[in-house]
This record gives sequence, C-alpha cells and structure tokens, in this order.
Amino acid sequence: MKVTFAHMGNLYITVKALLEGLGAEVVVPPMPSKRTLSIGSRHSPEFACLPLKVNIGNYIEAMEIGADTIAMAGGVGPCRFGLYGEVQREILKGLGYEFEMIIIEPPQGRLRHVLQQVGRLVGRNPVGRYVSAARLAWAKMMAVDELERSVQRVRPVEGRRGAATAALASALRLVDEAASMARVKRALGEGQEMLLDARAPGADSSDPPRIGIVGEVYVVLEPFVNCDVERRLGEMGVLVERSIYIGDWVREHLFKDVLRLRKGRKPYDLAKPYLRHFVGGHGVETVGSTVEYARQRFDGVIQLAPFTCMPEIVAQDVLPAVSRDLGIPVMTLVFDEHSSDAGVLTRLEAFVDLVERSRRRQSMTGPPRARG
Amino acid sequence: MGEVVGIPRALLYYHYYPMWKAFFEALGQDVVTSGKTTRAILDAGAKVTVDEACLPVKVFHGHVLALVGKCDYIFVPRLVSVERRAFICPKFMGLPDMIRCNCRDIPTIVDSCINLSRTTREYVGAVYSTGRMFTGSVLKILAAHNRARAALARYTRRLESGMTPDEAMAVMGLASPCDEPVRTAVAAALSSSSFSSSFSSSSSWSSLSSSSLSSPPASGAAGALRGGPGRGAGRVVVGLVGHPYVIYDPFVSMNVVRRLREMGVSVVTSDMLPAAITEREAARFPKRVFWTIGRRLLGAGFHFLRSGTVHGCLHMRAFACGPESLIGEVLEREAARSRDVPFATITVDEHTGEAGVLTRLEAFVDVMTRRRKP
Repeated sequence: MKVTFAHMGNLYITVKALLEGLGAEVVVPPMPSKRTLSIGSRHSPEFACLPLKVNIGNYIEAMEIGADTIAMAGGVGPCRFGLYGEVQREILKGLGYEFEMIIIEPPQGRLRHVLQQVGRLVGRNPVGRYVSAARLAWAKMMAVDELERSVQRVRPVEGRRGAATAALASALRLVDEAASMARVKRALGEGQEMLLDARAPGADSSDPPRIGIVGEVYVVLEPFVNCDVERRLGEMGVLVERSIYIGDWVREHLFKDVLRLRKGRKPYDLAKPYLRHFVGGHGVETVGSTVEYARQRFDGVIQLAPFTCMPEIVAQDVLPAVSRDLGIPVMTLVFDEHSSDAGVLTRLEAFVDLVERSRRRQSMTGPPRARG
Repeated sequence: MGEVVGIPRALLYYHYYPMWKAFFEALGQDVVTSGKTTRAILDAGAKVTVDEACLPVKVFHGHVLALVGKCDYIFVPRLVSVERRAFICPKFMGLPDMIRCNCRDIPTIVDSCINLSRTTREYVGAVYSTGRMFTGSVLKILAAHNRARAALARYTRRLESGMTPDEAMAVMGLASPCDEPVRTAVAAALSSSSFSSSFSSSSSWSSLSSSSLSSPPASGAAGALRGGPGRGAGRVVVGLVGHPYVIYDPFVSMNVVRRLREMGVSVVTSDMLPAAITEREAARFPKRVFWTIGRRLLGAGFHFLRSGTVHGCLHMRAFACGPESLIGEVLEREAARSRDVPFATITVDEHTGEAGVLTRLEAFVDVMTRRRKP
C-alpha cells in the first residue's frame, strides 16, 4: 500500500513524517505545477473551488508514480471541503483509476470511527508508536511554521534577491530529512542561521511596510495557487504576516474536538461588529484578523480566496466596512485556474505603491485617525 | 399599533413566506413583500454586492433595497440551520451582516438567528426575542408561533401536491394584488387535466406510507410525485432540480416552469417530492450531504434519474452556487452511468438571455419527446 495525499504548502513534511512514523509507505505527489493544475481542472466540475481541482491533479500525478491509496480529511460543513473526498473519489473512479480513498472525518465526539480509519491507513501499531510518530510530526510542523515566520521577516531585507527563499528551501529540506526530535531541533537551528545569513548588512535599522495576508487557508498556504504572493511582496520590500499557519489549521481542523484544543475566541470577538456568526471555512477569521492587523497598525491587508469560495465571499462583502471604519487599505485577490502571475503582480505593485504613499503621508502628518 | 414588516421576495421566501407572514400578522404587524424580481431589482442588488457573490444573493440585496421606504422593519433572518446536523449555505449564515455592510440607510433589520443544527433551544430563543420586538406577551408569541407553524404545514402540503410556491400562495390567499396573473394561471391549471389529477391526489398525501409510494400511478406528474412509474401514456414529464429561489423566481429562471408547461410538459420539482423519497434517495450517496437544500436536490435528482417516473431531468442552477457545483457533478455522473433519462444543466446568471434559455429548453423537450417513442 502506497499512501499519497494532497499538497497544501509545506504540509507534506508533517504528513509524511506522521505516516512514515506509523509504518506506511508514502508517495509525496510532485510539487504542484501548471501540469497539475491543467490535469486537475480538466477532470473537475467547472464551478468547484480551486483546491478541489489542484487536489485531483496531485492525486493523479501521485498515482502515476505508484501511489494506490489516498488519505484525505473530511468535514461537516457548511464549507464545500467536507464533500471533497467523496466527489474526488467519484471523479477518479470515473477516470478508471484503481485506488482506495480513506477519508478521515472529524470525530464529532466519537473517536472510534477516526481510529478505525487511521487503522485502515497504517495498520495496527502499538500505542507508543502513535505517540512518537505524532510527536515527531508535530515538532516538524512547528519547525516549518517558525521557518516560514522567519523568512517573512528576512525577505524585505535580504542581501541578494532570492537569498531568503533559497535559504528557506534548504532549511525545509533539513527539517524534512530529520529523523528524530533532536535532529528536528538542530535542523531548525541551522535553518534559522541560514536565514539570518541571507540578510543584508544593516538590516536591523530598516522599517519595511507591513501587510497582513488573510483568507481561505488553502490559497493562503499554497504558493503555487496564490502566484507566490508572499514571496513577491517580500521581494518588494514588504514585511508580510499571515493570519494562518499550518499548525493553526491542523489544531483546528483535526484535533479541535478530540483534544479540546479550542482556538481562542479572539477572531470571533474582533469580527463581531461586522460579522456576528460563524460562516464556515475561515470567513470570521478573515474579518477578525483584518481588525487585528488594523489595530496593530499594519499598512494594509490582502485577502486571498479561491473563486466562488462561499465563506470568503461573505467576508469580502463586509471587509469594505472594516476598511472604512478602521482606515486600513484592504484588497481582495481571487484565484482560479486562469489566474496569471503577471496580473497578480500588477495588482500587488499597485497595492504596495498605495501603501507606501500613505506611509509617507503619515510620516509627515502623523497617523490618521480611524473613522467610525 | 400596526407597524409594517417587509419581507424580501427572494431566497427562502419561497419556502417560508406563509409562515413568516402568519407570525408577524399574529403579532399585530402588517406585512409587505417586495414585488417580483425585475431587471432594476437585480441591477440594484448587483451594484452593492461584490462581483463574486452568487446571483440569488445579489437578487436578495435588490429586494431589500426595493423595500426601503415601504416598511418599518425588514426581515432578514440568519438561517443557519433548519434541521439537525445540516446547514443551508454559508451565505445564509452571514446574510444579515452582508446586508448591513452593503445597504446603507435601510429600516431596522430583524435578524432572527435560526439554528437547529444542535438543539432546539436556540430556535426557541430566536422566536422569543423576535416576538419581543413587537409584543411583551409570551402567550401572544407562542400563539403566533403556532399559527405560523400551521400555515407552513398547509403550505408544504400544497407544494407536495404539485403546486409551485406562487400557485400555492395564491390558493392560500397570500398573493398580493400584483399577482393577479398567477391566480388566473392557477385557475387555468386547475381546470387542465394533468394538473387536476395531480391536485386531486393531494388529499391522500398526508396518509401516504412508504408502501403506498409504489402503488400504481395515476398519470403524468402525479405518478412521478408518488415515486411510482409515471411515464406511461399522456404528457411528457420533466423532473426539475434546483434551489427554490432559482427555479421559482420568474426573472432569474426565465420562467422555466411556465415555459415548460406551455410546451405541454408536466413539471415536477424537487420541492414537490415528499421528504421521505428525497431522504431515501440522497442516502445512496456515501456521505450525508450537510446542506439541507443540497441534500433535497441530490435526492430528487437521484429519484428522477433512477425511478423511471420522468422523461428527463433538468438541473437549473445559479452561477457560482457552491453547493450545486458539487451536487450537479454527482448528478451528472449518475446520469452518465444510468443513461436512461436525459439530463441537462442550465446555469443562469445576471447576463443570461431569455432566448438562449428558451432554445435549450426546447431542445431538451425535443429530446425527451423523441426518446419516448419506441
């Protein structure tokens, strides 16, 4: 049994560590490319959201190199993601692929079913092995998150264009290859060193503009589908922070009910004046994080969403009010299989121009007062 | 006192208007609705919403704006969930917030939060707090709620007897004066043979058990409704699958129901099927669909494609509708597998032209008619 799964940013490092730790043979799909996207959108429903299409491409490319089992997360709505697995299975079966799809549903109070599904995936294991595999995977996930946070700070002040991104790639490789907790720790340390080395001399005194990235988790985390927004902004000299990291997503999506690791209610409270109810996906987080970035005096916020994403459309409808009340520029970028690098780049440049101009104006006249 | 509550004629108006109207009227309020959807209403809505919003949400915004100046309150419920472990659509969950942010200077919004996904307690609270806006008496709220439920039950029975919402409301005396054409249409339909046969069978609906569902059919639509084989002699029957606020809105759907009837076709919609049938059929899908309407559409589609009760299955959806992008895919695959019943999908958006839809309807009716002949 060769297990594969869909890509979402650098999540593969964690999933691979977990499954291999449990004794499964893992086939990591090739990193998403134009080919992945074109295969995926050819076989997916036209109006399905983008992640479903890229997932299909990932699965097919993984099966081409030998995978025969697909692991996927489920959901209980109202976002479409909860039905992805079932629909994707139908699509792939329709194309004649022979495979098994194992969908791990959120437990909703019953842990047994989840364990059964995990058991189908990796066979029987002693409890100790589960614990050690989970610990290693968790450590890697945390390391990846930390490296991603660091690279966002280094990019605007890197000495040579692309140095930070190259350092991140080598650091991620080290984390990926690390086979024990100690090695993960060492890889993280070395990775941080490499990133520090990528900085230009005198970087400490710089004060780059800050832009927050919010939106739907998949598009935010997957550089291939968001046309590498984070790197492009960083290389324009912008310090980027995003509202969601993989660790958050996993905590919330898979373990929320089991381990009672409920996320703080903070985004909900912050979003309250604009959006008073959970709307599925990350709609409320998008609004709440925008408010948070405005309070932290960020210079702008960019919302990323796949085309037709329901929760993000609700958020997008209320964001202009947030922008108006709190005086923070907000731009929405919507992605589908037709998004092009050049189009996105132009919009990013225009947005950064706008942000920098208002910074210059502020530095002359003092910060603007929030209207409301 | 008699203040005026406005109810936009959009989204789940088509499912719940009789209930809402009865509730507010029992509380001593006057109820007005916006008129039928027009180009002006759609344009007004499209102007204030983001491009990415789906057509029905844009139409809803337009109806809210059309009510400005005509009422003291606008009822924009937050319909999170109307049954256990299922939602309607994320956009319904954020609807009052979208309205507040997109429409400035509008009357007070009554945004009762209806959420039955976990417990009924929240629902009771929502009914109570909505009632409290208009009366101090708990008994009055309770009575209003009972009348509202009774109105909904009567209305649902009409729908299941083969009426469209407009016809059912006209029969119940709920139609506003501007709906006169509907009344005449109902009268005409009642006198025509196929409709009266389906209508007369309605009296036995409430007592239908699952065993009688497979009893021999009358003819046409009535047979399809019962779940028995209805495609014998008589008219061509088409199963129409779609969200109520798409297929029943004459402007959005380009009058699909009336057009099909004018072509001599009996129409059975997903709302005319008893819940027992749609639930049973939807259970064929390996996972329970967590959208209430989505599950109904899936069940209705499966029923139309598999039961042999209709000559064709037509899926009409709004551009950018999230649930339908996946439900439609599953139905299409089912249709391709069974190859027994012709299946077509028509997607409508604010740019859809009537001629294009009409051509496709005619072609589809042709296919169904030709297929029928041996």
